Amino acid sequence: MKSRSVLLTCLAGAVAILPLCAQRIAHTTSSQAPPARLAQASTPADSDRGETLFKQNCSRCHDAPQSFSPRISGTVIRHMRIRASLSERDERAILHFLNP
Amino acid sequence: MLIHASFRNYLAKRAIPAFLVFCMGSMGAAAQESPGQNVPLISGGVGFVTSTNAGNTTYIPVISPLLAAPIGNRILVESRAIILDPFSPTGDGKPGYKGDLFMGLTYLQADFLASRHATFVAGEFLTPFATYSERLSPIWIGNFQDAPLIVSLGTMETSSSVGGMLRGSVFATDHVSADYAVYFSAASTNQQFTAERASGGRGCLYFPTARLEVGASYGRQLQDVHENFEGVHVWWEPANTAFRLRSEFARGAHAGGYWVEADYRLSRFKNGESFVGRFEPVFRMQQTFRSRPDSNDGLPGANTQQADFGLDYRLPHEVRINTSYSREFSSTGNRNIWQTGIVYRFLFPTWRGK
Repeated sequence: MKSRSVLLTCLAGAVAILPLCAQRIAHTTSSQAPPARLAQASTPADSDRGETLFKQNCSRCHDAPQSFSPRISGTVIRHMRIRASLSERDERAILHFLNP
Repeated sequence: MLIHASFRNYLAKRAIPAFLVFCMGSMGAAAQESPGQNVPLISGGVGFVTSTNAGNTTYIPVISPLLAAPIGNRILVESRAIILDPFSPTGDGKPGYKGDLFMGLTYLQADFLASRHATFVAGEFLTPFATYSERLSPIWIGNFQDAPLIVSLGTMETSSSVGGMLRGSVFATDHVSADYAVYFSAASTNQQFTAERASGGRGCLYFPTARLEVGASYGRQLQDVHENFEGVHVWWEPANTAFRLRSEFARGAHAGGYWVEADYRLSRFKNGESFVGRFEPVFRMQQTFRSRPDSNDGLPGANTQQADFGLDYRLPHEVRINTSYSREFSSTGNRNIWQTGIVYRFLFPTWRGK
């Protein structure tokens, strides 16, 4: 029971702290660099292709994160290239879409 | 899911510290080389689930963190772990609860992007058979808390393999793409990296304009009783709709089965940010067929049909509420399964980076 109590306490703490961390990260990001989000790319063609590929590949399994730091966009895409067996071209297009 | 005290001690004294050292080493190496967008990340989900199965309720607090650390331009070290502590009333008129802590690695792998078409994976990885294990098993992704009844078919019961895997994209055009994964797993009796000697692979064709994917999987168990597993999967998400259909069929020498899951986001009726638009009704039909007894394959001992009705609600800030009711029909007895859960998904960089 003791270990369970410790775990429950840790989980409760994590639930309470993580949103604060996320908000802080988002706040920090917004003051230093534009947050990576599902937004416009530099050209309409780039945007269309990246957005289309995102919907065709990523959204089939999961919703897009509401926002995340641009510092991890490359890591996210590399992880997804391996997990979803994306081609190198599609990987670049989605990365460009996430980081216009 | 439960573990012995000796294993828990082993995890605490050996495996978890070794994992942390490994992760810190990987992240340190990544820190030396990470350009602006390649900072290591921590993602995952934390949640609380209740499950009432045939009248017995279990409460499950769970956290499943994921670490991904790129090194240079071609290497990624990634790992996912799970810590949960299912507990339930003691019963027999006694007060209190009983339960046991479980924590372990789901996978721990190093990926090397060798070329446009090939990625080498080494370590402990999710067995590439069908789709559920690799794509839908994270607690922040799956529509239902419970895995399908046939999830252990083809994944050699442990869902993970220890060895090497080659995977990648064969080709990708605007109209069709193909990908593959082949692997070999060694037998491992290490308590943290349990795997069976096996090999297999999976191939998929995806038609982006039709949003249709079809794939086939094959696995061969190479220890004890050698046997083959075959599987096919079909995913269809009609373009410009909020409807999704996912299905798998798998069979082995002693059992087989399928599941078909359909979900629909009500965002098509209302804005996705509205109260109504955040609901997602889900339905899953499952059936298993037993051809001969096998107490270790993870499937029900008798032919079983199960219908799952779910209703998910997506709150703001990456929080999701899952509810479901399942009715299972079997010659060994019918039963109801009620589940509720709340899951928060997190994703953030490990440090500020350059």
